Amino acid sequence: MSNAIETERLRKTFGEKHALDELNLAIRGSSVYGLLGPNGAGKTTAIRVLTTLLKPTSGKATVLGLDVERESAAVRQKVSLTGQYASVDEDLTGQENLVLVSRLLGMSWGDSRERATELLSVFGLAEAASKQVRTFSGGMRRRIDIAASLVTRPEILFLDEPTTGLDPRSRNQVWDLVRQIAADGTTVLLTTQYLEEADRLAERMAVIDHGRVIAEGTSHELKSSIGGNALRFQLADPARREEARALVSRVVGDTVIPNTDPTAISVTVANASVAAEVLSALCSARIELTDFSLGAPSLDDVFFTLTGRPPEPTVAEKELAK
Amino acid sequence: MSMDDLPAGNAPLKLTARPQPASALSTIITLAWRAMLKIKHVPFQLFDVTVTPIMFTLLFTYMFGGALAGSPEVYIQSLLPGILVQTVVFITVYTGVGLNTDIQKGLFDRFRSLPMWQPSPVLGALAGDLFRYSVASLLIIGLGLVLGFRPAAGALGVLLAFGLVLVFAFAVSWIWIIFGMLVKTPESVMTTSFLFLMPLTFASNIFVEPKTMPGWLQAFVHINPVSHLTTAARGLMHGTDAGADVVWTLAASAVIVAISAPIAMRMYHQER
Repeated sequence: MSNAIETERLRKTFGEKHALDELNLAIRGSSVYGLLGPNGAGKTTAIRVLTTLLKPTSGKATVLGLDVERESAAVRQKVSLTGQYASVDEDLTGQENLVLVSRLLGMSWGDSRERATELLSVFGLAEAASKQVRTFSGGMRRRIDIAASLVTRPEILFLDEPTTGLDPRSRNQVWDLVRQIAADGTTVLLTTQYLEEADRLAERMAVIDHGRVIAEGTSHELKSSIGGNALRFQLADPARREEARALVSRVVGDTVIPNTDPTAISVTVANASVAAEVLSALCSARIELTDFSLGAPSLDDVFFTLTGRPPEPTVAEKELAK
Repeated sequence: MSMDDLPAGNAPLKLTARPQPASALSTIITLAWRAMLKIKHVPFQLFDVTVTPIMFTLLFTYMFGGALAGSPEVYIQSLLPGILVQTVVFITVYTGVGLNTDIQKGLFDRFRSLPMWQPSPVLGALAGDLFRYSVASLLIIGLGLVLGFRPAAGALGVLLAFGLVLVFAFAVSWIWIIFGMLVKTPESVMTTSFLFLMPLTFASNIFVEPKTMPGWLQAFVHINPVSHLTTAARGLMHGTDAGADVVWTLAASAVIVAISAPIAMRMYHQER
């Protein structure tokens, strides 16, 4: 059993809905692995099955060679979970929350207090030690939540959307932490809706949609899997987007990648001469461009191509929208 | 500079291997400690278990006392054990409310993903609740003594009655644990449970003798476990014969636990 996490035709059904539909994963240890997908793709369900919180409907899942159903207690002994919502007690202080988890993991009262103090300082929460968690900011909550998962060294750390709702600064802090934890030898499985996040942190990733893996590999592999180069251009007049889109489709065939930006169009082109053709067609139709570029496709493009759906806005875009 | 500006990773993160898993007892104690901390940080939690009983005892003693028993002093002798039962049975709902809150907040996911004996969070919460029942009971009995309640069986009788009430409350709590896992919000645990608790505590022998009630209601009052517990508590406090009702209450508690505890634990283990 060389893989840290393996699932085989894993299925989880809630009533009529297949949250996981024959999910197959093979994740090597000592790395950061990303599960990428839109809301409702099955990311959280996958994590909950792998951390023994949910029983699979059918199929098989092993964590560090242990069956999540039959050997659930042994799995819990080796993994930590930081769920999507801060799973700490809001009424308790930062210090008390960490003592609580330390005690439940089997540490003595003295060691628990010591470890709690240590973690609070590592996570920049020392001043909030005696404040109730309900008074914490979003970033602080995230950090105390991750700290609670790192009281002792887990062999695998599951992070469910660790940066959702965080400001850029807090997000960067979480990213630094993830890198530190991985450098220390812990395998990290993180889910994210942000392509940018997977691109920066994860060595390998699986794109999942409707409960199944639709693509797997390194970010580079995924980008090259859609083939060719991505030609992107910005229109001066968003009102002419449809017209431009139709025109581009005629030139390159049906490879226009949908996009949420009303002034942008992306298209996969086989080579530079096709790109030139597209540009000259737009030029003769007198559709003005403010910018254009030719390069490797982004993970956004990959996502579009694979799911036919726009991805969630990136963190940066969400910030801009505010 | 706000605390949010402090960078993470002030000191390097050091990780050590996990110790031997905690024993079941130690985790229950730790989780009961957590319940105590919550009371310390949110003293308002005790509002319901302190103010309501005081209000009920005063209100019913002086409002009904003269009409039902000739004087408040006479009435309180039979009312006080009943008020104790009613109050504590009502407070059991908070077990379900607290559990539901923990589930909604994701805290139970954390607990369930830890390598500990799985029933501990439920049992730890129950241990914390027993403390609340005790606070409420002490207040009611103390207030009763001030208002002229004179238990003929003395301190020991009162203590035995209190113990019996705790046993029954512990049993009923399991029902609310099931509710706490079934419904979506803490508020709906509250609302649903009151649909059961109102008839259960008022259609009993706590406030009035059932003999003036219509036959069908009397029939209900007689099989109502709350009536049996009340009669038992009165008997124990005043030293009158209560053996049959004590046994009845203990048996009812055992049946409730035997049925609802396995269902509750099964639901807890299963997915949500």
